[in-house]
Amino acid sequence: MAYDLKLRVWRGDIEGGELTDYTVEVSEGEVVLDALHRLQATQTGDLAIRWNCKAGKCGSCSAEINGRPRLLCMTRLSDFEPSETITVTPMRTFPVIRDLVTDVSFNYRKARELPYAELGPRDADGKRRMAQVDVERGQEFRKCIECFLCQDVCHVVRDHEDNKQHFAGPRFFIRYAELDMHPLDTHDRRALAQGAAGLGMCNITKCCTEVCPEGIRITDNAIIPMKERVVDRKYDPLVWLGNKIGMRNKDNEGRTEV
Amino acid sequence: MTGNEMSYYAEGGIERHRYDVVVVGAGGAGLRAAIAAHEAGAETAIVCKSLLGKAHTVMAEGGIAAAMGNRWPEDNWEVHFRDTMRGGKMLNHWRMAQLHAQEAPERVMELEDWGALFDRTEDGLISQRDFGGHKYARLAHVGDRTGLEMIRTLQQRAVQVGIDVFMECTVTDLLKDDAGALSGVFGYWRETGRFVTIEAPAVVLATGGIGKSFKVTSNSWEYTGDGHALALRAGASLINMEFVQFHPTGMVWPPSVKGLLVTESVRGDGGVLKNSEGKRFMFDYIPDFFRAETADTEEEADRWYDDKKNNRRPPELLPRDEVARAINSEIKAGRGSPHGGIFLDIASRRDADFIRKRLPSMYHQFKELADVDITQEPMEIGPTCHYVMGGIEVDPDTELSSVTGLYAVGECSGGMHGSNRLGGNSLSDLLVFGRRAGEASAAYVAGLARRPEVTDESVRAGEWSALTPFQVEGGDNPYTIHQELQQTMNDLVGIIRTAEELEQALVRIEELKERAQQMSVEGHRQYNPGWHLALDLRNMLVVSESIAKAALARQESRGGHTRDDFPATDHEVWGHKNLVVRLDDAGTGVTLAEQALPEMPDELKTYFEET
Repeated sequence: MAYDLKLRVWRGDIEGGELTDYTVEVSEGEVVLDALHRLQATQTGDLAIRWNCKAGKCGSCSAEINGRPRLLCMTRLSDFEPSETITVTPMRTFPVIRDLVTDVSFNYRKARELPYAELGPRDADGKRRMAQVDVERGQEFRKCIECFLCQDVCHVVRDHEDNKQHFAGPRFFIRYAELDMHPLDTHDRRALAQGAAGLGMCNITKCCTEVCPEGIRITDNAIIPMKERVVDRKYDPLVWLGNKIGMRNKDNEGRTEV
Repeated sequence: MTGNEMSYYAEGGIERHRYDVVVVGAGGAGLRAAIAAHEAGAETAIVCKSLLGKAHTVMAEGGIAAAMGNRWPEDNWEVHFRDTMRGGKMLNHWRMAQLHAQEAPERVMELEDWGALFDRTEDGLISQRDFGGHKYARLAHVGDRTGLEMIRTLQQRAVQVGIDVFMECTVTDLLKDDAGALSGVFGYWRETGRFVTIEAPAVVLATGGIGKSFKVTSNSWEYTGDGHALALRAGASLINMEFVQFHPTGMVWPPSVKGLLVTESVRGDGGVLKNSEGKRFMFDYIPDFFRAETADTEEEADRWYDDKKNNRRPPELLPRDEVARAINSEIKAGRGSPHGGIFLDIASRRDADFIRKRLPSMYHQFKELADVDITQEPMEIGPTCHYVMGGIEVDPDTELSSVTGLYAVGECSGGMHGSNRLGGNSLSDLLVFGRRAGEASAAYVAGLARRPEVTDESVRAGEWSALTPFQVEGGDNPYTIHQELQQTMNDLVGIIRTAEELEQALVRIEELKERAQQMSVEGHRQYNPGWHLALDLRNMLVVSESIAKAALARQESRGGHTRDDFPATDHEVWGHKNLVVRLDDAGTGVTLAEQALPEMPDELKTYFEET
C-alpha cells in the first residue's frame, strides 16, 4: 500500500526560511516522522529534526502539522487523505534553530525557577506510607513527557514574547499542582505560583489540555484547582479574619510557606 | 572542505570549560552519578546528546528491582543476588551483583524522598510487581512508565541542586595528558556544530547501549555505543560483548514501529504467549536449569499469581533469553502470527479496567500506533534488540575502568548482568552504580595533587577527526552505510548465531569500515544529522566488530549468546572465563583475550547449593 506523499516542510534558520515541497514514498501504518526520516535518508541528509524514542514517550519531536501542535511520531499518515499535502512547521512559540528544531531553553530556564518536593522524615521503619488514591492525583501530572506542546499552544506566550518573563506556562502549573497535592509534602507554594509563575495570567481557554498527547487534564485538574487554592489563601474572609486576630491558620496546617 | 562554512581556521578559538567531574550521558546512571559527585563536593557537569529528560531511561516501563520486601517479607538481598546470578547464567561479576542487591532498596527510597510517586500497596507502601526471573514480586513501579518517573525525579533533583547541563552536546573524544591520565572531553554542540573542550580529571561514562547497530531494536538513535567506543579508544577494555539481550516482546506491526518495546509487565501481570494454534507454547521450552522452579501445567502457573508459596512460576516468566529463543523457534517452525510474530494475550485473562490501570502506556501505544485494543485482542510481538550486557570493564566498588580517571556506569559498563540481564535490574543498576561512581570520581579528584592538563595537540586531533566527513567529496552517504551495518548485525549476529555467519559479518564490517573512511556529508555544521550520524557510525562499527569477534570466539550458548553450532552451555570450559576486547595496536580494529572469571567467596557460593 505504498504511495507518494506530498510534504511541505519548513526549511531555514533564525535568519528566515520557507516552505519547501517534497514528494516521498510512504507505506501503510507509517507516521509523519517516518516520512521525514525517509526524506532525510534519501533526499535531504541535513534536514534537522529533533526526535528520540519514536514511541510518544520522550516528547522530543514536537512540531506543528497543518498548523496543529502534534508529536511527529504519534501522527499517523492514515489520519490524512493520501492526496493531501501535509505541512510540517516548527513550534511557533520558540525561536527556530534550524528547520523543525526549535530552541526550547525557555522551558529549561523556567524549570530552574521551580520549587521542589520537600517531604518530612520517613516513618520509624524507614519507609513512607501514602494511599494509592492520594498519589494518583499527582501521578496524572507526572505522566508529562515535557513535549512542551502546551507551552507552544498557550496564547499567553504564543504571540507575546514579553509575557515569557512572567509566565511559567501550563507545563509548570501542573508541577505546582503536583507538589501541592503530594500527600507528604510540607511546603506551601501558592504565593509563588501566583507571583513568580504567573498563574493569574492564565484565563483557562483549555488549549493546553486539547493538545496534550498524554491526555493530562491540565486545566480542569491542575490549573483551576490551583487557582482556587490561591484564592482561598488570599481572599477567604475567614482566613483573613483568623490571621488578623492571631488564630491558628488551618489553611496552612502542616505546611511552610515558601 | 565541502560546504562547511565554519572551517577550523575561520572559527577562531574553541570554547573551554573546567570542572572536577564530567558525566557523559543524562539517563538514570548519569544523573545519579552527577548528583552523587555534586553532593560529594565536586564541581560537576553533565553532557548529553539530547535535551535533558529524553534519554532512554524514559522508555523503561516495568519497574526498579529492589528487595524491599513490601509484598513478600521473605524477600531480601540474598534472594535478589541469587536470582540475578542465575539469570546471568553465573557469568556476572559476583561483587557487582552483591552490591546491587544490597543497595537497591535504599536507592529506591531516595527517589521517593526526592518526590517520586510510586504505586502503592494496600498498606500504603511502595508496590512491587512480578517480573521474569525474580522469585518474588520485587519491581517498584509507576504503572508501566517507571522509567519516566525515575528520570524526571533525578532530572528535577539535578536541577534543584544546580548541576550544569550541556544539552545537545556530543562527546567525540576523551582527552588524556602526556602521562596517560584522563584530562577532559572534546565534543560539539549539535545546535551550532561548534566545538567545545571541557577540562576535567574525572569522566563518568553513562552513555547507554548499542542497539542502533541492529535493524530491529527498541533503542532510539542515541544508542550508538559512544561510551564503549570512547573507552576503547582511550585504552580501556570491554568485557562480555558477545552477550546482547533480545527482548522477547517487541511490536512487529506496523513496520514503522517494528522493534518498539512491549513491557514484560504484560506477562508479570498475567499475560501469556500463544502460537497460531492457540497453544501456550512456553511449557515446551522449560530448560533443565530452571525446571525445579517453573510450573509445568497451566493450572499451577495460573495459581502462582496469587499463591507463590505453593506453586511455581509460569514459564512465560523465565528469563528473557529463554523466552526470546522460544518465540524465535515457534516463528521458525511456522506457528507464528500473520505479521511474523507470535501472540501475547492479556485480553482473555484480565478484565479491561485492570489492563488499562496497570498497563496504560501499552494500551495507548497499541491503540494509537497499531489500531489494536489490547483489552479486546492479543498483541503480535517478536524479539527485538534491547540491551547489551557487555561493556566497559570496571572495578565493582568504584566503577573505575583501567584508565585513571575514567569511570563507567549503567548499560555502557559490563559485568553486573553476566550473560543475561533480568528485567528490572537495569534501573536499579543505574542508581546503585551511578551513585558509587559519582562518589568515587569526586574522591579521586579531591585527592589529586595536580590536575592532568589538556594538551593542544589532543584538542586539535579531536577537531580534525570530527571534521573528516566534510573533507570527502562523492563518498558514501552515512545513512546507507548505517542501514547496511544494521542489516548485517540483524542477519548475521542476531539472536541465533553460527561461526559461518559471524565470519561473514566480520568480513562485511571490515568492508563497511573501509567505506566509512570515505563517507561524505552534505550541508554545514549547524544541526546537521547527516554529520552526526557519520561520527556516531565510527562508534557503531567498532562496537559491532567487538560483538561479532567475541561471539565467534565463545563456542557455547549462554544467556544472550546462542550458537546454533554449539547449542550446549559449557560450564567446564566457558563457565569460568570472560572475553575481553581491546583496541588493536594500529587503532583500527579490536583484539580479543580470555580472562578468568572472578571467583565468588565461599559464603556466597552457599546460596547456589540447594538446587
